[in-house]
Amino acid sequence: MINIATLSESAPIAAADLSPIIHVKDLDFFYGSFQGLKQINLDIFERKVTAFIGPSGCGKSTLLRTFNRMYDLYPGQRAEGEIVFNGRNILDKDVDVNVLRAKVGMVFQKPTPFPMSIYENIAFGVRLYENLSQGEMDERVEWALNKAALWGEVKDKLGKSGLSLSGGQQQRLCIARAVAVKPDVVLLDEPTSALDPISTVKIEELISELTEDYTIAIVTHNMQQAARCSDFTAYMYLGEMVEFGETDKIFLNPSKKETQDYITGRFG
Amino acid sequence: MPNEHSSRQYEQDLEAIRSRVLQMGGLVEKQFFDALASFRLLDAREAERIIAADLEVNQMEVALDDACSHLIVKRQPAANDLRTVMATIKVITDLERVGDEATKIARAAGQLQNRGLVPIAHEDTIRVMAEHAGKLLHKSLDAFARLDHKLATRLIIDDEKVDNEFRAVMRNIITFMMEDPRTISASLDTLWVAKAIERIGDHAKNIAEYVVYIVEGKDIRHTDYALQQGAA
Repeated sequence: MINIATLSESAPIAAADLSPIIHVKDLDFFYGSFQGLKQINLDIFERKVTAFIGPSGCGKSTLLRTFNRMYDLYPGQRAEGEIVFNGRNILDKDVDVNVLRAKVGMVFQKPTPFPMSIYENIAFGVRLYENLSQGEMDERVEWALNKAALWGEVKDKLGKSGLSLSGGQQQRLCIARAVAVKPDVVLLDEPTSALDPISTVKIEELISELTEDYTIAIVTHNMQQAARCSDFTAYMYLGEMVEFGETDKIFLNPSKKETQDYITGRFG
Repeated sequence: MPNEHSSRQYEQDLEAIRSRVLQMGGLVEKQFFDALASFRLLDAREAERIIAADLEVNQMEVALDDACSHLIVKRQPAANDLRTVMATIKVITDLERVGDEATKIARAAGQLQNRGLVPIAHEDTIRVMAEHAGKLLHKSLDAFARLDHKLATRLIIDDEKVDNEFRAVMRNIITFMMEDPRTISASLDTLWVAKAIERIGDHAKNIAEYVVYIVEGKDIRHTDYALQQGAA
């Protein structure tokens, strides 16, 4: 007979493997007078995939967009609290958002390739931050396309427009573009919601491969996707963090009833 | 279920499976009691009927497993729903086995009758443990129907009683056989019946363990969980 105390529900990820790369403390977010996020506290762990789930309007994309201050582009939106990344509160006024966005890259729901060649789509961002020779740039482009599992499909047509690719390829091109500047964190905002199942599988495989080098935060409406490809899952509702924990635990035995109701489809 | 699914059909599918499992539970319970009656009365014709009726139990097992597969492929259940489906599939297996054990009892009844005069108090020997196992089975189905994990925990401890009674019955039967070798055939038939009853107790205990899994999310099989809870 096994002592129940020694039998854990599912093997938890060893704490030694975890180091927070982004530390969110008491974060509030406002769209004008509307409060979109309320007192969010959370750690994003290095080289892990953290998924954000919750019904539309719950604040998951809002939270993701605070990690690289994407909201700065819109007047009237502001964040209060702390998001500590590399030892700094990135919400501070004097943070260089361009450097921040190079370190914290983002991929959006709809593929957004630039209207230029496949090669240029990748080289363009790199040139903003680094001064590479032609040879080095060629290498970087190949490296990024390889990372995004796209090289084999496009290596003979690097001069063609990025818009000539299929939707799934365009999205992988966007991921290649994001990793080309060698960020620490890649934010994915519903990266597969506009893609067919095969392209989705490719992106999901890519996500797990990218965790060798990068930390990933992903917003998804597809709960199976969160279950499949994340290590940690955060369930949000009405701007609040309802439950955050290991994905296996959240999908097998969540602590909060609200979480359970959402992931079993009783709500939301 | 306290909360409705946004998909009514999903809710209905889950509920339909649950009620069919309970229906199957009712059927195997009846098979068990009928088998005991045929053993008590040494009614070979009734025993034949019970053995034939096991076919229905088997068909229910296949149909219910199929319904669970369909639910999984259509709905991809998660959290408590997933645990319910997982546990239900296992409950179905245990119930089918209970049906098989009932068949064994009925078969022993037929054999005993064919032997003519029964030289031992065959029914007295197993009556108490049969009552206990019957209650255990009934209550475990009750706990499954109401998702009563506290009752389930008590039942897991109670199964010990049936196991202990089985050992007592075995000693008793050995005494019959030692006293008079002519009782050996009848004694062995009775011993198989006792063993079948003991197994039914085990299956009831398994069902109780699945109830704890559904409600608490803890897989307590092969652990001392119930004893700890009982002691606490």
